[in-house]
Amino acid sequence: MRNVVVEDAAAAVEGIKDGDAVMMGGFGGAGLPLGVVKAVLDRGVRDLTLISNNAGSTEDDLSLWFEARIVRKIVCSYPRSAKQFAEQYRAGTVELELVPQGTLVERIRAGGAGLGGFLSPVGVGTVFADGKEKIVVDGREFILELPLHADFAFVKGHLADTLGNVTYNKTARNHCAVMATAGRTVAVEVDRVVNVGDLDPEAIVTPCIFVDRVFARSSR
Amino acid sequence: MIPLSRDALARMVALHLPEEGFVNLGIGAPTHVADYLPAGSGVVLHSENGILNVGPKPAAGEEDWDLINAGKMPISLRTGGSYFDSSLSFAMMRGGHLDVAVLGAFQVSKDGDLANWTTGDNGSPPGIGGAIDLAVGAKSIWVMMDHTTKDGRSRIVERCGYPLTARRVVTRIFTNLAIIDVAEGGLAVRALLDGLTVEALRDRTEAPLHLAGEFQTIRQDGSVA
Repeated sequence: MRNVVVEDAAAAVEGIKDGDAVMMGGFGGAGLPLGVVKAVLDRGVRDLTLISNNAGSTEDDLSLWFEARIVRKIVCSYPRSAKQFAEQYRAGTVELELVPQGTLVERIRAGGAGLGGFLSPVGVGTVFADGKEKIVVDGREFILELPLHADFAFVKGHLADTLGNVTYNKTARNHCAVMATAGRTVAVEVDRVVNVGDLDPEAIVTPCIFVDRVFARSSR
Repeated sequence: MIPLSRDALARMVALHLPEEGFVNLGIGAPTHVADYLPAGSGVVLHSENGILNVGPKPAAGEEDWDLINAGKMPISLRTGGSYFDSSLSFAMMRGGHLDVAVLGAFQVSKDGDLANWTTGDNGSPPGIGGAIDLAVGAKSIWVMMDHTTKDGRSRIVERCGYPLTARRVVTRIFTNLAIIDVAEGGLAVRALLDGLTVEALRDRTEAPLHLAGEFQTIRQDGSVA
């Protein structure tokens, strides 16, 4: 039977290389795969494109990636209260693509769902429409928003079975469940790995077809 | 005349929310509206990070950092609450399923244009978050803010000078001096702080104000009569 469980975070990030696009789940600390944050640092990769809702806020989160200067560009909705990111932003050493949060997650969804984009009313008449194609549907103006893809999507789940089915905990689901559809390689950090059959099929949010690697946070 | 305190402004907004309405309270001052919801109002609070039926802050020591609000602070879940991913959450916001979104603002124009994400300062990185999705998608967009800036300039303006969040979306403005509706014919004063004259309000407001018949009086505690 399929078994996607890997030993630890280092194994979960195997194959990541300079210049890769990486999705990191989480809204603040909830849903952030912290073991992956550190494992990617340990790999010594650089020039990453980071797709994430936030840009870190404490000393012990995505701030570490900015401190280590391994991010070339961030696609993000709310990079506020992020000291290390802000320093590099002011110095001009990191590029920011600022995206409305709902547009960010829907672009990720489009990437995972095989869509060529979608039409959004969000940003019409603002700087968020600059440089984008406008399309009128039934008299209302929309912006064409394009999908986001990534070489790796890393998210935090609650439980996973050995097949790779995943549940989430409370508001830690946030962007994780959508990002888990959109990475070429999807790795999930979970609190605990369980046997196939232990998860209620009605409770599984990310079906195993999307998941390539799972590791338990406690195994770090 | 003493402008309403932040607490009184939050109470005033809370007293106006529709019973059993689905409501999103933006980060910052709007979050405190939750503290003044009348018991039994039935209002269901939504938070953009994937939760319906947000409950109060948990007791010290009971915090669960997987259960937070849009301001990334610990909350609780009320009976009947639910969790969902960000895509579904923003479908609620963008798709017109929320009755009211309460947002802070730097400026609102006479046409209901909203500027609330950046003052364009160089230096700090800008953040847009989910305010823009709310501004476009909720059925009613209410703004709560001080009527003027710290140096006395009107925040209710002819045209917003700051970068826009969305055009022609604000339906009602709650300030520490007045409640003003953004209507077809322009800005209509609904309620005025006790002790403040219409002329004094006009002196503090750049955009023209209309009087739509009778207006109510705002008491110092934020209640309206």
